[in-house]
Amino acid sequence: MMSRGGPVRGTATGTGPDGERTRMKRLINRQPGRVGSVLLTALPFVGVLLAYGIASALRLAENPNDPLLPSLLTLGESFLRLATEENRRTGDILLWSDTAASLIRLGLGVGISALMGLIIGIVTGLIPVVHRTLSPFLVVLSMIPPLALLPILFIVFGVGELSKVMLIIFGVAPFLIRDLQQRVEQLPREQLIKAQTLGASTWQIILRVVLPQVMPRLLDATRLALGSAWLFLIAAEAIAATEGLGYRIFLVRRYLDMETILPYVVWITLLAFAFDLLLRVLTRRLFPWYRGGRAPA
Amino acid sequence: MTAAIHFDKVWKSYGHDVVLERIDLQVKAGEFVTVVGASGCGKTTFLRLLLGEEAPSRGHILMDGRPLPAEPGPDRGVVFQRYSVFPHMTVLGNVMAGLEFAAAPFTGRLLGRARRHARDEARDMLCAVGLEGALDKYPAELSGGMQQRLAIAQALVKRPRVLLLDEPFGALDPGIRKDMHALILDLWRRTGLTVFMITHDLKEGFYLGTRLLVFDKLRHDPHAPGAYGARITYDIPLGQTDRQVYEDIRTAIGVPESAPLSPQTPPHTEA
Ligand SMILES: Nc1ncnc2c1ncn2[C@@H]1O[C@H](COP(=O)(O)OP(=O)(O)O)[C@@H](O)[C@H]1O
Ligand SMILES: [Mg+2]
Repeated sequence: MMSRGGPVRGTATGTGPDGERTRMKRLINRQPGRVGSVLLTALPFVGVLLAYGIASALRLAENPNDPLLPSLLTLGESFLRLATEENRRTGDILLWSDTAASLIRLGLGVGISALMGLIIGIVTGLIPVVHRTLSPFLVVLSMIPPLALLPILFIVFGVGELSKVMLIIFGVAPFLIRDLQQRVEQLPREQLIKAQTLGASTWQIILRVVLPQVMPRLLDATRLALGSAWLFLIAAEAIAATEGLGYRIFLVRRYLDMETILPYVVWITLLAFAFDLLLRVLTRRLFPWYRGGRAPA
Repeated sequence: MTAAIHFDKVWKSYGHDVVLERIDLQVKAGEFVTVVGASGCGKTTFLRLLLGEEAPSRGHILMDGRPLPAEPGPDRGVVFQRYSVFPHMTVLGNVMAGLEFAAAPFTGRLLGRARRHARDEARDMLCAVGLEGALDKYPAELSGGMQQRLAIAQALVKRPRVLLLDEPFGALDPGIRKDMHALILDLWRRTGLTVFMITHDLKEGFYLGTRLLVFDKLRHDPHAPGAYGARITYDIPLGQTDRQVYEDIRTAIGVPESAPLSPQTPPHTEA
């Protein structure tokens, strides 16, 4: 049907009024319809669930006590139990107390990093004296693999909350600072000159010209940094903690407790997805003039 | 009477590259100076000297007899070809910004009655440039011509002594450019500003200015292209330009033959 012969009447592809065969559009030009879009989006999710269900059923048929791939039903029940049953000893509900512990660490680490990124990024990007002082230093700092610092952090800050928050800060703050600095440096020179001809001081330029224009970028960059923040959080919790999502999955790993690990992984993924969505919606709502960091028309 | 702007044997070089050499110039208050010259010959550099964004390598620039401030300030407004407005502020916000900077040193924002005053003043300015219908739009929602109108309003609301324009209409369609010419002449007549306007359109330079400056490199050293800078090769009071001068300039700065040949009578002559 794709042959390049002359006009072929009556084929499945049909013919145009001038007799030329109306070809199928190129793949890059073919858009899925509304229903098609939903189906295509659902496809990989359904596929994974299906594959898991089959694999789990096969294993369980062989050995009903196999711990590795619990059935989806078992996992659902387990999730419900984790999310509703109080611990007899402490009275806490495991999933929620772990989630609270982890989110406080994550929130503090990412929040402090974002604030540092904003403040240090703006002054290094805008003020030549600070740029000279900090820019090369920051480049070197960002080369240090944060996980290699973890033992040092534990030694210096102890195994409490501080060291975990510090790891997240070491992990994502340099990236945020440099990203914001670059964003400030990319502001058109004309804008900064224009602001000065309107009588703006350095402080006013920061407050009214630079800050509002890099705020959406900060949200964007924070969104991108969240992935590594989770990584550092779970790494720190895996090594030294008494509660937390990462602590829990590494704790129960010893008992091959997939009934806990898998719901936790799904839960962490859901949380990460929710934060990502939240930041994206926030960016769109708060900064209607911002168009994904592209230059203004 | 001291000149509004006085260039006293000004040189500008970057490293070994001389861009401008020995610029001597006196401009009276209220003149409309248009600047033409081949691309890359140093017109923007000349404007940056006037802005205070760059310092002369040699010589002095005086403004009303005093040394020009070494950084940009509200006495010299500017409009660039692009990026002159703040994309995160509305049209009204862009014009109010200049008023707010002056009145609110710490927050850069006005509140209450002071804000309403600033808003009214900004709105009047926007009416004067024909943007009264777009007060709450963001610059990205405006056409190129409207963005330049906004940039002009934003500069003029500060009541600068000098207005610097770097190819402000260079990116606009010819029809819109005509409207902009009418606008800028009208504003210039009403405010008595001193205007420096760079253009690559020689006809525009002749039509708008009361005085035309031509920047050109007179000497070339093929072994050291940066050895010599541009100078002011023509400095013509407009209104009585003869055809031959126009032709000479046209060939000197390399405007193609197809460009309109005869300068129109500038609109100031009858005024
Ligand atoms: N900051 C700078 N450092 C080095 N060279 C520069 C700088 N700014 C401009 N130049 C050079 O000065 C010359 C004149 O540039 P410019 O004033 O922008 O020309 P025009 O506006 O007439 O096209 C160019 O050769 C340019 O490369
Ligand atoms: Mg230029």
